[in-house]
Amino acid sequence: MVDELVKRKKGLSKKEIEHIAWLARIELSKKEVNLFAHQLSDILTYFAKIDEADTEDVPPSYHVLDLINVLRKDEIKPSLEVTFQTVPQTKGRFVKAPRMT
Amino acid sequence: MSRIKSAEIKIGLEVHCQLTNLMTKLFCSCSSDYRGKDPNTHICPICMGMPGTLPVLNEKALEDATMVAIALNSNISDRMLFFRKNYFYPDMPKNFQISQYDKAGGVPFSLGGYIQIDKEKIRIRRTQIEEDPGKLSYEGTIESSPSTLVDYNRAGIALIEIVTEPDIRSPKEARLFLEKLRSILEHLGVSDGSLEGAMRCDANISLKGGRRVEIKNISSFKEVERALNFEITRQKSFIERGIIVGQETRHWDEVRRITVSLRSKEEEQDYRYFPEPDLVPVTISKDYIQKVKVKMPELPDDRMRRFIEQYDLTLQNAEILTRNKEMADFFEECVELYKNSREISNWLIGELLPYVRDKNVEIEELKVTPKHLTDMLRFIDDGTISRKMAQSVFREILSTGKMPDSIIKEKGLKKILDKQYVVEMVEKVLKENPRAVEDALTDEKAINYLMGQLMKLTKGRIDPKVAGEIMRRRLSDLTKGIS
Ligand SMILES: [Zn+2]
Repeated sequence: MVDELVKRKKGLSKKEIEHIAWLARIELSKKEVNLFAHQLSDILTYFAKIDEADTEDVPPSYHVLDLINVLRKDEIKPSLEVTFQTVPQTKGRFVKAPRMT
Repeated sequence: MSRIKSAEIKIGLEVHCQLTNLMTKLFCSCSSDYRGKDPNTHICPICMGMPGTLPVLNEKALEDATMVAIALNSNISDRMLFFRKNYFYPDMPKNFQISQYDKAGGVPFSLGGYIQIDKEKIRIRRTQIEEDPGKLSYEGTIESSPSTLVDYNRAGIALIEIVTEPDIRSPKEARLFLEKLRSILEHLGVSDGSLEGAMRCDANISLKGGRRVEIKNISSFKEVERALNFEITRQKSFIERGIIVGQETRHWDEVRRITVSLRSKEEEQDYRYFPEPDLVPVTISKDYIQKVKVKMPELPDDRMRRFIEQYDLTLQNAEILTRNKEMADFFEECVELYKNSREISNWLIGELLPYVRDKNVEIEELKVTPKHLTDMLRFIDDGTISRKMAQSVFREILSTGKMPDSIIKEKGLKKILDKQYVVEMVEKVLKENPRAVEDALTDEKAINYLMGQLMKLTKGRIDPKVAGEIMRRRLSDLTKGIS
């Protein structure tokens, strides 16, 4: 999507902002949609600058560290009850989340 | 169904199997033994996606996946990456699932491969390693529930995803493919299909003249054939009425046994896949693959060939027995106890298998053991019971789990060898069926009816060969006018 936007040198449409908001399951007011359309467009056009760099002979990198093959043994460590205690909303032993539509 | 030519149907499967032989989850050390446990007792900051935690790959999961790829004749990538699949849904506490991706520079665990079903090769597109999401439930019904209740014990359990090419031509072939896949995974010991939810499947299906429809949420392999049959009927009726079958995602409703349209607004690009920065790349050397290869147990196809050679079975019977690991194991345990392997194979395929199918149960849930069957076969050999009686003994074993000797004793099933008794019973049948006797005197075939009456009267406890001879002799006496 970034590539496409950079290519067409255009900002994000309101419709795209609404879709992104839906993906994140957040509601935006009309005012916010306008505001974020501008702000996110600015961020994306900034990527156009990176795109100008000549990367012809540079292999793509997928990881910043030089490490490979970090593995662990298949051995159980006790689960931490504190993990559950930090959950903000619970019902019995369940984690309570909004109902999804 | 019969009106649809198989060449017009294209089915592809996307199978998710839990690696149930692992002690821990895919990226953390929580116990994977979550079934029947209280909700959220098998969680830690890693599988709950808390900030600052780092997932680390389970080395046994890599070995399992390697065995699976080898068994599926799939080419293992020399270097693999994990990707984040982003979506907002409470089944993943991180708001993304760690998976793999075949685009944007991503490489799945393995590419290509096939499973042989009879003479057909069903091609595999790819396999990949990913984590299972948590389990959602609702208070009351899904529509009226004020919130979603989540149990994260399953979140982070290791899955292997196996995607086929659309090579499958019928719902039955889909079932055979899944049975074979299950048998392979169980022979490898990496996944136990008898555990609830351990093997799940999505299917896509297109009929000639229609678009591809995806069916999600098929929670067990047994449901796949049913879901596909429903979908074929539905699509066919559309095509016949000139309505175009559009591309869509549907959901299999197990209770109502129908597929329902699923409104999904997320398209592939919405998942915003990108390389998982918390996990470093994994290289898989030829040397590593070789080391795993030598540790691999016998696979179903090899076992089938061994059964033919070692136990003198037909190709067909050997194939049926090895289609299910439990069945193949049961067979071999019987052979240890009783030498006539063909006889065992006949009983398993002719009697046990139909029962398992009919009752829709796993073999390990049955009350019958190899000792039950082989004891019973010995009673046939020494003449205690007839083959016919053995069938009712076997049914009794299946329903009660009692040993054959006590069933024979309780039911008074012992074969009656007393010839005088047989003669008396023949006389009784002849006397009670004068018209049938008349027929039998002129028509040889009518004797079958009298024999049937005789076996019924004696509850099948007499030797039909001896009884037949006596019956014939008496009838020929009657023709000669001797009464
Ligand atoms: Zn954990």
